Amino acid sequence: MVTKIKIRDLNVFFGEKQALNDINLDIEENSVTAIIGPSGCGKSTFIKCLNRMNDTIRECKVTGKVILRDGTDIYDSKMDLVRVRKNIGMVFQKPNPFPKSIFENIAFAPRIHGVKNKKDLANIVEESLRKAAIWDEVKDRLDKPAYDLSGGQQQRLCIARALAVNPEILLLDEPCSALDPIATAKIEELLVELKNEYTVVIVTHNMQQAGRVSHKTAFFYMGDLIEYGDTAQIFENPKEELTERYITGRMG
Amino acid sequence: MISEKQTDNLELRRKKEKFFFTLFNICGLIVVLLLVIFVGYVVIMGISAMSWDFFTTTPGVGMRSGGIVTPLIGTVYLMGLVALFAIPLGVLTAVYISEYQSNRLMGRVWKVVVGNLAGIPSIVYGLLGLAMFVTALNLGFSLLAASLTLSLLVLPIVIMASREAIAAVPQSIRDASTALGATKWQTTVHHVLPYSISGISTGIILALSRAAGETAPIMLTGAVFFMSLPPSSINSKFMALPYHIYGTSTQSYGVPSELIFGAALALLLIVLGMNLVAIVIRSTFRSKYRW
Repeated sequence: MVTKIKIRDLNVFFGEKQALNDINLDIEENSVTAIIGPSGCGKSTFIKCLNRMNDTIRECKVTGKVILRDGTDIYDSKMDLVRVRKNIGMVFQKPNPFPKSIFENIAFAPRIHGVKNKKDLANIVEESLRKAAIWDEVKDRLDKPAYDLSGGQQQRLCIARALAVNPEILLLDEPCSALDPIATAKIEELLVELKNEYTVVIVTHNMQQAGRVSHKTAFFYMGDLIEYGDTAQIFENPKEELTERYITGRMG
Repeated sequence: MISEKQTDNLELRRKKEKFFFTLFNICGLIVVLLLVIFVGYVVIMGISAMSWDFFTTTPGVGMRSGGIVTPLIGTVYLMGLVALFAIPLGVLTAVYISEYQSNRLMGRVWKVVVGNLAGIPSIVYGLLGLAMFVTALNLGFSLLAASLTLSLLVLPIVIMASREAIAAVPQSIRDASTALGATKWQTTVHHVLPYSISGISTGIILALSRAAGETAPIMLTGAVFFMSLPPSSINSKFMALPYHIYGTSTQSYGVPSELIFGAALALLLIVLGMNLVAIVIRSTFRSKYRW
């Protein structure tokens, strides 16, 4: 397995408060890595460090390195944030489509990154929607508002939107927390499919979900990375007592 | 258990409820009634003056006859120039404050500054305009000086309305755009501004209505009592509806009241018409961009 993202000595501060302590983690290419832990453990903060979305939060300071496979550190002061975020897509907790048509939701990102040709755009839109397994449901109503879709469809639309700029890495921050079990199952199916082409990192508070979709799992607690390993090992044979207490439901 | 005494209490509460409900109803009714009386009075008094000629002829000798074309054109020019100056400055300032100003303290300072600017009496704006635009910048007693003064006056209205509209756009939409690699400017232009356009245009229209109705600032900076021709350039003096109403009702003798109220009705129509436009814009964009 090839390491896609090397996280080294990552510390995050919100003002005086430290949210993440010295995180070191290697994320494998073309696999699904799950981040689990109780609320407030820093898992969302962690995933937001991977595409520098924390930069948009006031008073947030990050130290350390996040090195991609090609050797670039996304925290390098010369790093172009537009490039970082184009290569590392993100899907949020609550589906957040733009209040525009389905087509415009997908076409926005390729357009701002320079795709002008209408045929190319249409192709990208179709391909992205197909990859996110929602094409058949929306192909006849691409000009309809995205908000007419159900929550689960909106979330797959958001995944399609992230895929439209052809990222290498896809970050998902509790993507199913606002969805019903059927919509959740569809997204999980999709993630397993997507890992063939993308490196997927998913934050989840649902341990069964981590067990079902991920290859590796990291357990965070109070801003510390407690344990990281193969998902099967974490769930069946955790090395740390904290991990065991969490996955057996005695904590969190 | 609930005692007898508490049941009595219930009776009292019912009476109180009824009393206050009636009181609120009366208050509401008074306000509506005032508006109806007010608009009705202006309409009744001014409707007989309404004719094509009234809107197309210049005021006659001593204002005792003729129409309102000169002050009407002056007011329209004034509104146009105010729109030209105040909209870009106000909207871009609002964008700066809400999207680019990341310091929390400075954000609050801005809020106080803009709020206080809105509270300055219009006559003070007039004096400022006289000192700054007419005299210091040597623009003279002119349409330009008056519209710049009015632009300053309405700027806080535009900024506050735009800021509120921009703040109503959910952060999650900005995040979505940022996470796709959009720059702040692209996020602002493609998402924040289009989604807040209905609130912004409401503010703009309110501001323009205010500019159309203000009298004190333009008296000091460029409006005159009588001119036989509309302003020929932005450097010339002009007549405007509110000052015309003031002039005909206080400075001139024997002006038929229908002429005064006709001018007032015309001004009212401009303002109400603008509000109508605001409502249409709002409902159009509300249904286009909803979340």
